[in-house]
Amino acid sequence: MSPTVAVVGASLAGLSAARALRNQCYDGRIVVIGDEEHLPYDRPPLSKDFLAGTASLEDIALSSPDDADLGLEWRLGTTAVGLDHLSRSVLLRDGSEVEADGVVLATGARARRLPGGEGLDGVHALRSLDDAIALREDLAAAERLVVIGAGFIGAEVASTARKLGLDVTVVETQPVPLAGPLGPDMGAVCAELHADHGTRLLTGTGVAGLIGTDRVEAVELTDGTPLPADVVLVGIGATPNIEWLVDSGVALGNGVLTDARGATNIPGVVAVGDCAATWSTSAERHVRIEHWTNALEQPATAVATLLGSADPAPSPVPYFWSDQYGARIQFAGSRRETDVARVVEGSCADRSFLVLYERDGEPVAVLGMNQPRLFTRWRRQLRSSVAALS
Amino acid sequence: MIPVCPTTALPPGEAIRVDGEEPIAVFNVDGDFYAIDDTCTHQDASLADGWIDGCAVECPLHASCFDLRTGKVSGPPAKTPVRTHRVVVQDGMVYVEAGIAADGAA
Ligand code: FES
Repeated sequence: MSPTVAVVGASLAGLSAARALRNQCYDGRIVVIGDEEHLPYDRPPLSKDFLAGTASLEDIALSSPDDADLGLEWRLGTTAVGLDHLSRSVLLRDGSEVEADGVVLATGARARRLPGGEGLDGVHALRSLDDAIALREDLAAAERLVVIGAGFIGAEVASTARKLGLDVTVVETQPVPLAGPLGPDMGAVCAELHADHGTRLLTGTGVAGLIGTDRVEAVELTDGTPLPADVVLVGIGATPNIEWLVDSGVALGNGVLTDARGATNIPGVVAVGDCAATWSTSAERHVRIEHWTNALEQPATAVATLLGSADPAPSPVPYFWSDQYGARIQFAGSRRETDVARVVEGSCADRSFLVLYERDGEPVAVLGMNQPRLFTRWRRQLRSSVAALS
Repeated sequence: MIPVCPTTALPPGEAIRVDGEEPIAVFNVDGDFYAIDDTCTHQDASLADGWIDGCAVECPLHASCFDLRTGKVSGPPAKTPVRTHRVVVQDGMVYVEAGIAADGAA
């Protein structure tokens, strides 16, 4: 039998792994297993153009015509439920098994749900294409949207809903939104976009529960205030899809634990993308990154590991972006609590600026709002200084 | 032919955008000039703002790379190539012939 690699997960990380296998001259069988019915599609537009109805399913498809030459065997609409690490077979929900010589774990993450929100119509999370279609249909008939969580997904959905003409309130438990990724000062600046565009933002406010019998009617805040809502979007983060590996012998933490090159503790099994907690030499711990660019770039290294190469792991500069209310927010680098943020171009008031984060006087991260050209230059500079350090 | 700028105004490693109904981006790679559609085929980004890497430009937003010679795209999220345009250098001036594919481009 010809050698087989099973790629578990059919989103960006899985597709990138399959492409990387062929790029690196692997000519055996590649079976791609996906729990959704759909061929790989791009998730970032789900909270933006796709939700607004300005991008179609075809627009957000990730596969290109060239992918036909990859000779992939798709097993879509089937969830992987187990992995036998001795035979390296992937067990599927329908009872079948995919025997493989190598396995790429790329099962991603799922949206965290609000306890008590199950079974109530009008309450949504946003992660998959089906989530986005359901939310879009519901928004079309709604007047008031309450978004729980002012992270990037929450902010983007709020922005899209405002564009669709809804009345929008965003509730955030933290005193400042996005303080985790951007720091409190810059988090506050980005959060001002909500007020600029007529979205109400309530910070430092928890949610006590949801009110409604069949359909949600309001969100109850911890101080007892009810916020009337026709639709509720819960954007409170994501959990890695790793439960199916609990009995597999694969070491798990906040994700599948891997070394810097994507190898798990089981030979022939690598992990990539949102489900992987990859060892970071600079942070000296396992880091699970949910960025699109990570899912795109990480598989090439993990696949090389799987195929037996021992090249050193690249040290990429993490990069993510967010589009809200027509503003383009871009961030690259690794920020720590103690780094100092400094505006080096433009001004926060104009919603067009570039901010450098410095540690001991050295730039370590960069944030841009509506400054793609300058941002790109800084991102390049960070890349070369990181490369020079390693 | 659309006049772009004097060659001295576009040093190696730089790009310039020519505004118009369909804006065009002109690049100088080690003294060779290339022109492609400025708007990324994925979303609304200006490729002249991108990151020039060898004979390719990386989109400033989501990192799809376009080959400056052929317009071909190397990786997601963009799926369609950009058009190339012929560049003419005459008497120290850079011109583009909009709509005429660069020589050697598909
Ligand atoms: S806009 Fe160019 S890759 Fe997305």
